[in-house]
Amino acid sequence: MTHRIDDDDQTALSALLEDSAEDLYEHAPCGYLSTLLDGTIAKINTTLLDWLGHARDDLIGQKTFADLLTVGGRIYHETHYAPLLRMQGEVSGIALELKTADGARLPVLVTSTVKSDADGRPLLIRTTLFDARDRRAYETELLRARQEAEREREELKRLNATLQQTLLPPALVNVPGLDVAAHYHIASVDQVGGDFYDLFPLADGTWGLFLGDVCGKGAAAAAVTSLARYTLRAAAVYDPDPAAVLHNLNTVLNHEYNGHDPRFCTVVFGLLTPDADHGGFRITLASGGHPPALLLRADGGVAPLPTPGGQLIGALPDVQIATTSLHLEAGDTLLLHTDGLTEAHTAQNGTIRDGGRYGDEALLDFARALAPTTASGAIAAIRDLLDTLGVGVDDDTAVLAINVPRPASEGHQP
Amino acid sequence: MDVRGRNHVTVSGRAGGPVVMLAHGFGCDQNMWRLVLPRLERDFTVVLFDHVGAGRSDLSAWSRARYSTLDGYTDDVLEICRELALGPVTFVGHSVSASMGVLAAAREPEAFTSLVLLTPSPCFIDDPATGYRGGFSAEDIDELLGSLDANYLGWSGAMAPVIMGNPERPELGEELANSFCRTDPDIARVFARVTFLSDHRADLAGVTVPTLVAQCSHDAIAPPEVGEFVRSQIRGSRLITLNAIGHCPQLAAPEETAAAIADFVPAAP
Repeated sequence: MTHRIDDDDQTALSALLEDSAEDLYEHAPCGYLSTLLDGTIAKINTTLLDWLGHARDDLIGQKTFADLLTVGGRIYHETHYAPLLRMQGEVSGIALELKTADGARLPVLVTSTVKSDADGRPLLIRTTLFDARDRRAYETELLRARQEAEREREELKRLNATLQQTLLPPALVNVPGLDVAAHYHIASVDQVGGDFYDLFPLADGTWGLFLGDVCGKGAAAAAVTSLARYTLRAAAVYDPDPAAVLHNLNTVLNHEYNGHDPRFCTVVFGLLTPDADHGGFRITLASGGHPPALLLRADGGVAPLPTPGGQLIGALPDVQIATTSLHLEAGDTLLLHTDGLTEAHTAQNGTIRDGGRYGDEALLDFARALAPTTASGAIAAIRDLLDTLGVGVDDDTAVLAINVPRPASEGHQP
Repeated sequence: MDVRGRNHVTVSGRAGGPVVMLAHGFGCDQNMWRLVLPRLERDFTVVLFDHVGAGRSDLSAWSRARYSTLDGYTDDVLEICRELALGPVTFVGHSVSASMGVLAAAREPEAFTSLVLLTPSPCFIDDPATGYRGGFSAEDIDELLGSLDANYLGWSGAMAPVIMGNPERPELGEELANSFCRTDPDIARVFARVTFLSDHRADLAGVTVPTLVAQCSHDAIAPPEVGEFVRSQIRGSRLITLNAIGHCPQLAAPEETAAAIADFVPAAP
């Protein structure tokens, strides 16, 4: 909408224009300062003099702009402000502090431009200064809030790390006649992951082992992980048959989390029995929806151990469990893993398979290159692989390897 | 580690000419040399680089452990020399980088034909015990570091390097005012500490290559006594005073500064 100026308005405006350019300069709501190229103060307005508490004659021709600053500001001026002004002809919105005559500090925002003559030769520097006390107070408050948030995030990380630790065995037990190793890769320090594993003694020289992955992340998943871990250990004592162990876990999870908050996991449970007649170990694996374990044979062959038909544990009242049995000979290595590894994103050209994920095929190739190996050798290689995949591993990953060492008489281990 | 990328090394000027390596100080990047560059490129192979944390250096290469003393920066200078394999260089170090030149030349004198120390200061803090005047009291420097820690200076406003670490989109940087002195504020705080708290007076005596000390007539950061002190500590060194105001003669008096550097570079063997 336009506004037509009538005669009365015109008169009022004329009165306003009595506000001369001179008065506007002197009493503008910001500080004005003109300096020679070497910084010597040539002109300064009353507003800035009032802020500083200095007399005009003490500054004109006597002091430089840098002299008005705190020591920190002076160094900043020499190392940043003045070079920038030289290079760009202008600098805008820089926070500095003035030192007033009575020693107080006045935060200001400073903008300078170089005025040049008709031939482009610089003549003088024009500077405006804005009172930035309110803004400084606001920034200080923001800084305090950020520091607070950072402290809390550190605390959260620490709690997560501690919680994660409690969900894993502190160290794998020593199993006579077996070489065992495991690794837990934490993808995010901000959230507890849901992977878990354990290896523990059962009756009559047999051993139980499990490795699993709870759906989801965070505190709720950690609670399921904890429940699954202790249920598996107790169920194995009650009836060590692997399928029975997983059926019991399924019942517990299904009862605990029925209704609107279903919780489930994938698990592979194994029962290890030393084979007194043939040496090595017999192992029966039961799987509920978990990626197949890999067998890395002493002769360098690699076989996935599929357990088809096994279903997620905890999702349904009655569940299908698939089992498989095999004999671990001297030199054989069994590798269990969670899908954080195979679901890792890969970026390099040429290695993109399974829609940009690392994938089961790649892991199988990796195992073929590795076999024959040892438990510690397999875990070390997986750790290197996780390092290579880097940030592509966006979910936690647990790996557990067991190996029947070759007799010393067979010479060196691979 | 790709040294050229890490330090955003650029090589220009006359191929096969004597090599001049220009090292910027605290507070800016290799743009500091832009006004002396045309003169130097005429006769010399000129090597420019950004210290890690400044300009277009690789910020991910920065670590507190490496860059909490001048030794890390000195290692970088020597690594750049080795990587380029251009033979011995005339090293021109501005301000704190003059001290890096001193340390590097003491460690590997064979890598340097000569040193030009531009407004050097081996120690910014006065030392009443020995009568040394660096120009600042310990309290002054505490105030500077305190205001940097509190993020009170400069970059709380327009210097905030929003585009830092965006090498894939350099055009963002070009649009920004104040883009010449991009510095990561967290890294700059540590660099300020290294710069203003280091005392390398004792290292000056280790320099054996020909050295030119060039100071400014009016320098708010390095008073004239400092230039004289540096000259007295480096055997055979020469001191000149450039007719320039401020701490950055390569900007305030580029012709005179470039001429002083060019005159001091030994002719190619």
